[in-house]
Amino acid sequence: MKDAAVFDARSAYRLDPHVALRPEPWGALAYHYETRRLTFLRSPLLVQVVRSLPAHASIGAAVDAAVPAPRRDRYLEALASLAAAGFLVGAA
Amino acid sequence: MSRGLVGDLERGLDAPICITWELTYGCNLACVHCLSSSGRRDPLEMTTGEARALIDELRALQVFYVNIGGGEPTIRADFYDLVDYAIGRGLGVKFSTNGTTLTPGRARRLAGSDYLDVQVSLDGADEATNDAVRAAGSWAAARRAMDNLAAAGFGPFKISVVVTRHNVGQLDALAALAAGYGAQLRLTRLRPSGRAASTWASLHPTAAQQVALYHWLVAHPEVLTGDSFFHLSALGAPLPGLNLCGAGRVVCLVDPVGDVYACPFVLHDSFRAGTVRGDGGFTAVWRSSPLFVSLREPSSAGACASCGSYDACHGGCMAAKFFTGLPLDGPDPECVAGHGTPLLAAVAPGAAPSPGLGHSVAVRLRPARSTAGSTVGSPVG
Repeated sequence: MKDAAVFDARSAYRLDPHVALRPEPWGALAYHYETRRLTFLRSPLLVQVVRSLPAHASIGAAVDAAVPAPRRDRYLEALASLAAAGFLVGAA
Repeated sequence: MSRGLVGDLERGLDAPICITWELTYGCNLACVHCLSSSGRRDPLEMTTGEARALIDELRALQVFYVNIGGGEPTIRADFYDLVDYAIGRGLGVKFSTNGTTLTPGRARRLAGSDYLDVQVSLDGADEATNDAVRAAGSWAAARRAMDNLAAAGFGPFKISVVVTRHNVGQLDALAALAAGYGAQLRLTRLRPSGRAASTWASLHPTAAQQVALYHWLVAHPEVLTGDSFFHLSALGAPLPGLNLCGAGRVVCLVDPVGDVYACPFVLHDSFRAGTVRGDGGFTAVWRSSPLFVSLREPSSAGACASCGSYDACHGGCMAAKFFTGLPLDGPDPECVAGHGTPLLAAVAPGAAPSPGLGHSVAVRLRPARSTAGSTVGSPVG
């Protein structure tokens, strides 16, 4: 969970390769095959941002590219908690 | 986002998060609380080809993993091949076993697999408590399996305990046993399903024990529960997990002959949604069976509406209500506010739906051949 402690919107992240994302009308389910943890991405836009991570040099840039400015902090918060739970990892 | 996560889940998913898949009704034990009344194999159990096809279908649906049980799943000759096939296709496998067949060699084979969890069933912290429910010799077999898994370097396997009146006082000892193996303790709720329909009344925890269990679970969030104790959340802060009935909404059961039920605890015609052997397979049953569609409709609090705790407990467990003869839109028989108690007392003897004998092996009472010793054979095959 080192990544959680140092979550930084200016860094690049990606979905952990052991995580499977499965779309649902309200967002997606994410299951981590290593930790056996299940979590919920409760907005299709959040799913879109997560899927777009490889195309961006930082997670903040991925948010900026898709999320209206007033909702930026909320999405970064959601992404930070996904990182804290090990679903996102640094892509250094 | 207005409905909340639980509301979204109650409306059902495009595919289950996971399913429970009972591979066989055959079992070498005859536990008095067996949820599936297992014993003898059913001649119509799915073939290896059918089982592989179901794995392919679940994978296509992006189901994350299967919980394999039974019966004792490892007695199927193709068990390990099916596990390898599922994992090879990217479908995670968790399986439950009584441990009898888990030799050192098999433990080593399992230790080499990713995405595999093993749950060894044990229903007491000592031999006497366990064997009273699971049959003579079952404690020793389970411990041998655990020793073999540990020696093989399997990693953190799970010790799976159904909480009863007789082992609820042993939770600390069970946690210590698990810790000694580097294993995870998993506790689940006893439901009056299968053979437990006739043993539940004497085995389920008392009201005072339920309160103690709730506080123990709150103090031990690392203990796995399969979210099965959500009825206890009415006692205070919600327990970790989703705290909802996932039957037909986020999970379901496939039985050994391919019938699909809402959950593992409702093996009864009333909750059979269809069969994977029908046109459209599992997918059609999951998405459009009338039973599952109805389970995903908004549910009313019914008789629980006047109780302030409905949002915490959601009225409890459908299976527990059904097999004790209580209305499904009322309190759980183990309602922590006590609302189930008078209803339970008012159920006429024989009025509750019967799960039937299922695949239980008939107990033969042999005539005594000599005057010495017991004439009742052990149920262990």
